[in-house]
Amino acid sequence: MPTSSTKQTEANPQTEEQRISLDRVSKVFGRVAAVRETTLEFIHSRIYVLLGDNGAGKSTLLRLLAGLAQPTSGSITLHGYTRERMGYMAHASLLYDDLTGMENLRYFAQLYGVAATTDVESRCAGVMSSVALDPALAIPVRDYSQGMRQRLSLARAMVHSPEVMLLDEPFSNVDAASASQMTGLLSKLRHAGCLIVLVTHQLNIVKDIGDEFITFRAGQLISSRRRGQLRPTDIIQ
Amino acid sequence: MSAANNSNTSNSAAAMLRANLAKDLRLEWRSKDALNAMGFFALLVVVIFALSFDPTAEESRRIAGGIFWVAFLFAAVVALNQTWAREMRNQVLDAYRVSPASASALFFGKVLGNFLFVGAIEAVVAPLFMVFYNLRPLGPAWQLIVVFLLGTWALVANGTFFAALSLRTRNREVMLPLLLFPISVPALLSMVEATTTILAGDGSAGMWIKMLAGYDVIFTVAGLLLFELVMNAE
Repeated sequence: MPTSSTKQTEANPQTEEQRISLDRVSKVFGRVAAVRETTLEFIHSRIYVLLGDNGAGKSTLLRLLAGLAQPTSGSITLHGYTRERMGYMAHASLLYDDLTGMENLRYFAQLYGVAATTDVESRCAGVMSSVALDPALAIPVRDYSQGMRQRLSLARAMVHSPEVMLLDEPFSNVDAASASQMTGLLSKLRHAGCLIVLVTHQLNIVKDIGDEFITFRAGQLISSRRRGQLRPTDIIQ
Repeated sequence: MSAANNSNTSNSAAAMLRANLAKDLRLEWRSKDALNAMGFFALLVVVIFALSFDPTAEESRRIAGGIFWVAFLFAAVVALNQTWAREMRNQVLDAYRVSPASASALFFGKVLGNFLFVGAIEAVVAPLFMVFYNLRPLGPAWQLIVVFLLGTWALVANGTFFAALSLRTRNREVMLPLLLFPISVPALLSMVEATTTILAGDGSAGMWIKMLAGYDVIFTVAGLLLFELVMNAE
């Protein structure tokens, strides 16, 4: 009988590192195993890059980490993290097309209770500027270019200053200059203690900022390498 | 300490509710998808019925309640489908699900929003309906307002829940009426009977109004309790 669970434990910063542990996690949809028996550990202040071809199970793994899906078997344990302190950027924009960028951010900031601790307006404007978007831009997201939408989506994921960021294809349809700005931002967040797990097919963009490169094939973890130890065979074209 | 926590929790629940309601009102104000579709639909039904029959004043009082509420039951379905379609576009609902905001704040915000949308259309169409059918209530007219408020709440509280339930089904536009209409029968019966009784001045509508209020309470509470399960269904 398969068993699954997602746990949150209090971390004592003196004795225990903030981390997320996956223990033999599997996710099955009907007869297809999207993720198989995956055991992994994600530690704070690092950037993990998930690689693999389409259907390798990377996005499903992110959804499991975000709590949007439950493992069919195995367990995910959050040590010193809570789901509230996670930022999630999906392949879809997760934005309302009829609202402006600021209206979208304001709404999501309210959902995270940002208003209780900081000034929502300045927080949202700051986050927008950090992804090179003009907070005064009064056009609906519907009229944004794909790249702008992608950057706003990243801004939405970080509007509540998360400690963990789960990013699914953050650089797709983003031009080289914006991608470089985004990697700079992610690097800063990592140095500030944020744990970042990102899925990408664009290894060349993240090869200098990623700390660990984890490759999946058909739902199975096939390799995990530190920066500089990547082999061409790890990346499935 | 505990009282302070409770106060913070209720403040934050109220803030989430306000944020959700404000967002839905803004989105509808910009697109007017639900209002336009619902308004035209309700108006068409009323006009078509008015042209199809030529009832006497007495007959009008007998059939008006049924025509009005059936027209609004169908019209509300249009708005209800729209309300969740917005959350599925760009998978925005997933962004809500990963946030700490409560599912009930989203549900109640949607119910309130839909209540305002359907209520606004009713406020426009109802006077036209009275004119088309040459209606003048013989019973206490203020009770009509109570029936309208409770009846509209019954439609949207139930409808918002079942629209969410049918969200991930392949034919959600078809699925919603199939789920909603049978369960709305007791409410619809109360709405029609109460309206007819008041229009015809034929006894007291008190029992039907109480039944409608009971229905509203039961289905609102059930929706609030069950919505989180529906929202997080994979």
